[in-house]
Amino acid sequence: MVYIPNTDAEREEMLRTIGVERIADLFHDVPEPYRNPRLNLPQPLSEAEILAELRDMSEANADLDHVAIFLGAGSYHHFVPSVVDMVISRSEFYTAYTPYQPEVSQGVLQSLFEYQSMICALTEMDVANSSHYDGATATAEAVIMALNVHRRKRKRVVMSPTVHPMYRQTVYTYTQGMNLTIVGEDAPRHDLQALADLIDDDTCCVIVQNPDFLGRMFTPQEMQALADAAHAHKALFVVVIDPISLGFMVPPGRYDADIVVGEGQSLGSLPQFGGPYLGIFAFKKEYVRKSSGRLVGETVDAEGKRGYVITLSTREQHIRREKATSNICTNEALVAIAAAVYMASMGKEGLRRVAELSYHKAHYAAKRIAEIEGFEVLSSWPFFKEFVVKCPAPVQEINDYLIEEWGIIGGYDLSQDYPDLENAMLLCVTEMNDREEIDALISAFQEIAGGALESSVKFYLPT
Amino acid sequence: MSDYVFMDDRRYAPTHEWAKVEGDIATVGISDYAQHTLSDVVYVELPEVGITVAKGDPVAVVESVKAAEDVYAPLSGEIVEINEELPDNPEWVNEDPYGKGWFFKIKMSNPAEYDELLDAEAYKKRVAEEEGH
Amino acid sequence: MRGPEPTIYEISSPGRRGFTLPELDVPEAEIPAEFVRDRLLLPEVAEVDVVRHFVRLSQKNFGVDIGFYPLGSCTMKYNPKVNEVAARLPGFTKIHPLQDPELVQGAMQLMYELQQYLAEITGFAATSLQPAAGAHGELTGILMMRKVIHEGRGEPHRTKVLVPDSAHGTNPATTTMSGLQVVEIPSDKRGNVDLNELKKHLDDTVLGFMLTNPNTLGLFDENLLELTRLVHEAGGLMYGDGANLNALLGIAKPGELGFDVMHINLHKTFSTPHGGGGPGSGPVVCTEELAPYLPGPIVDAEEHDDHVHYVWKMPERTIGRVKAFWGNFGVMIKAYTYIRMLGEEGLRAVAENAVLNANYLQTLIKDVYPVPYGFRTCMHEFVAQGKIEGAPDVHALDIAKRLIDYGFHPPTMYFPLIVPEALMIEPTETESKQTLDAFADAMKKIAEEARTHPELLKTAPHEAPVRRLDEVRAARHPKLKDVPGMED
Repeated sequence: MVYIPNTDAEREEMLRTIGVERIADLFHDVPEPYRNPRLNLPQPLSEAEILAELRDMSEANADLDHVAIFLGAGSYHHFVPSVVDMVISRSEFYTAYTPYQPEVSQGVLQSLFEYQSMICALTEMDVANSSHYDGATATAEAVIMALNVHRRKRKRVVMSPTVHPMYRQTVYTYTQGMNLTIVGEDAPRHDLQALADLIDDDTCCVIVQNPDFLGRMFTPQEMQALADAAHAHKALFVVVIDPISLGFMVPPGRYDADIVVGEGQSLGSLPQFGGPYLGIFAFKKEYVRKSSGRLVGETVDAEGKRGYVITLSTREQHIRREKATSNICTNEALVAIAAAVYMASMGKEGLRRVAELSYHKAHYAAKRIAEIEGFEVLSSWPFFKEFVVKCPAPVQEINDYLIEEWGIIGGYDLSQDYPDLENAMLLCVTEMNDREEIDALISAFQEIAGGALESSVKFYLPT
Repeated sequence: MSDYVFMDDRRYAPTHEWAKVEGDIATVGISDYAQHTLSDVVYVELPEVGITVAKGDPVAVVESVKAAEDVYAPLSGEIVEINEELPDNPEWVNEDPYGKGWFFKIKMSNPAEYDELLDAEAYKKRVAEEEGH
Repeated sequence: MRGPEPTIYEISSPGRRGFTLPELDVPEAEIPAEFVRDRLLLPEVAEVDVVRHFVRLSQKNFGVDIGFYPLGSCTMKYNPKVNEVAARLPGFTKIHPLQDPELVQGAMQLMYELQQYLAEITGFAATSLQPAAGAHGELTGILMMRKVIHEGRGEPHRTKVLVPDSAHGTNPATTTMSGLQVVEIPSDKRGNVDLNELKKHLDDTVLGFMLTNPNTLGLFDENLLELTRLVHEAGGLMYGDGANLNALLGIAKPGELGFDVMHINLHKTFSTPHGGGGPGSGPVVCTEELAPYLPGPIVDAEEHDDHVHYVWKMPERTIGRVKAFWGNFGVMIKAYTYIRMLGEEGLRAVAENAVLNANYLQTLIKDVYPVPYGFRTCMHEFVAQGKIEGAPDVHALDIAKRLIDYGFHPPTMYFPLIVPEALMIEPTETESKQTLDAFADAMKKIAEEARTHPELLKTAPHEAPVRRLDEVRAARHPKLKDVPGMED
């Protein structure tokens, strides 16, 4: 039997030691009529066979080695140095459980401590936990933390309409049993003052994204003004970030954010179809006892040597049970280690370079697209690496043409989330898009402007 | 095992808080037995001064590395003072539970409640029962 | 053993670089100065510094690939290497979650088939792969139960969730997170849920019952069918915590035993590695009645003449999405690979051998240590007590730390809470008889040492990269980062 080392003879011997005749005798507590049901599963395969099948399945996908991509919207194609996968392939790391026994878990613990340290450096926040599941769940956990800071007495959340739509949906899912009022999503987009006006003394937190879902960068002054408005009502200021943008952008710790969350996938993980990702979660130290998720702290051993342990666990479910700050147990430790390796490898210079390259290339693309008849760049605001383009046709039709004729994955169709943004596409450009690719996108758009869609046969016809 | 300290000059709640009265003010802390059971106290969270509490309300928290316990108000009244230095020196709860390790002071609204608490002898019996359990 | 490894910041040297990036190949755009930060306190290290640092750190860590890891309730089985190869195929790692479904049909096929396999293995009607971990699956399942009962059945007064006293802390924590109240039900002398106590609470305020079965004592509840019948009769739903599913693969289907919804830990039962704390994956499976409430989108299949076409579908009364995108796809690939390699007989053999190994080890251990429920046949794990006659000052903690010196990862300690000095031992099916014998021998030697040289245990471990760590200091004076130039 694959992965089971014992032989029949050994099993016989073990049964004799236990004092039963057959393995089946060990299952007498299972109600008889339900025992040993049939499992309708495919016949087992050898390693070579399953790998061949999986290779076929994987090759049925259009992967980024074979197409150019201008799609972001919360999952990004940034460069991943080779060292990252090398480190997280160390099976001392990846075959370990949660570091409950610190003496034999110093590798994971110190790596997570360094991850926490570098996230604090990146965001300029006091404390970072060792991860939540992803950006969306980290945002939902921020709301719960804000509720707990207010001892559950405040019931209102102000959430910007340009927080990632999936994050907003996740906040609703998480809080559906909590009787909250969530406002702000009908406010004018990018209008921080409109959000400030919605804050009252029942508001536990205000959530904004910077750069926001549509790519807009808010200045530290604009953000500080909203922070002040929140704090005037003792509400917490929650900021959703893109960690890559912090390569050059002023970090949220400098404009008085109370909780900073974000998707950490860009820090050393490939898009891998949406997961596993990394929920960044950082906050001011005064809230540490109300925070959720695992924290690694420095201490010393019996000989006074430096070491690391999971600490402040009394917040967590295994001790506080129904009074815990969250139910989270398993997190995304290995992805956090990948992020630590990424941040260490890139360093302050590398991360700034990644952010600047993305910025310059995105602005080059936007400038060129703006010159094309029929296409309009709606991002009249400062943007980082994503911008909005109004197209002369539905986004789906444009994207079908781009992949069919040019091998390009186009942008995100914004009309799904913002009905007034009909035919509007959110394009993303990173350091991984070279000029040739960008120019190809421009040429494709020029063809479309010239009426190419009308003359092309529609790609992929689902019957 | 039961060489815990029980002070005669105060009374005890079954949930292991003590209360010592001077005039209409009761000082509250946790018993020697309670601090011993918790082991090294690493954190205390105290109530806000000025809030009104009812007997039995959870008003403070005391934590060790592996446990977190609520501290209940043994008496009804208003919180008039807290041990401001305690959060920075949680080890005082272990070192001096009946002295430096006090938690808060209540201005009693119903002093008769004090008589309902256990005296040292009764509390000692209660602890012995819990230990034998 | 080497001394402490410096932190990455301590290795840092100004101006050093560990990366290469392409030159800018487009004109520069202006970045307005007001947006630009004045400092970024990341380390500056060379590639060789990074590699040596993290490789040295890895050497201070114990994993399943190093040795026996009998961490109860965590199912630390061997993680097949083919899983890692499969999950790293570029057609899986280099695809964007929002690509047009036409361009990711292979990935969607894998997800669809995994949905089907998990439902088949557990006896349920439908699956959502979206939850990222077991506790995340619990939250999903309880929110589904809440919505079914409050909205589907129109009984919003039902707000109590019954949880046994042997439950994982995630169960009560999940209940609170869902805006519901926990009622704890004690266990009886045989380690089952106490039915008489249960009956006292079964009124029309009950939303449901959360049960781990086999439970955290490693026991299959002998009254399970009666229990599920009582809960259903009272109008409640049964939540199954699938943490211990390894014992039941091909042995029984929870969906046939009266559960309405359960989560599955792919990182326990289906051999995906735990990554030092994650990523996991916690798919939720459920009955027909609950299926419309699943989070999504999930994958649906449309049959065509010559092919199957996969599409995203949001269940019609969904509780909503529980995270961004579709779930931890990279983990799903590993579980899929495992199921395809084992098939029906292979999976049944997993459960049989897991239970055989646990009973064998229980038999060996109970000669030396109290095993409070050792009079029963256990399932995939059992709970011993770290109490040694003639060594009153030795505790479960000391035994656990001493096991490290013998080259074993300690069992789960002090859980479940209802057993004092608990040592919860789960060997899994991937351990050989020799390993189990060696572990039992070590446990016996440690019991002997406890009587003759207790200080050897009290000061253990002696053979680990660090000695026993001061957790009190860590909690009293938390130091949660170390960034030169930033305050603590």
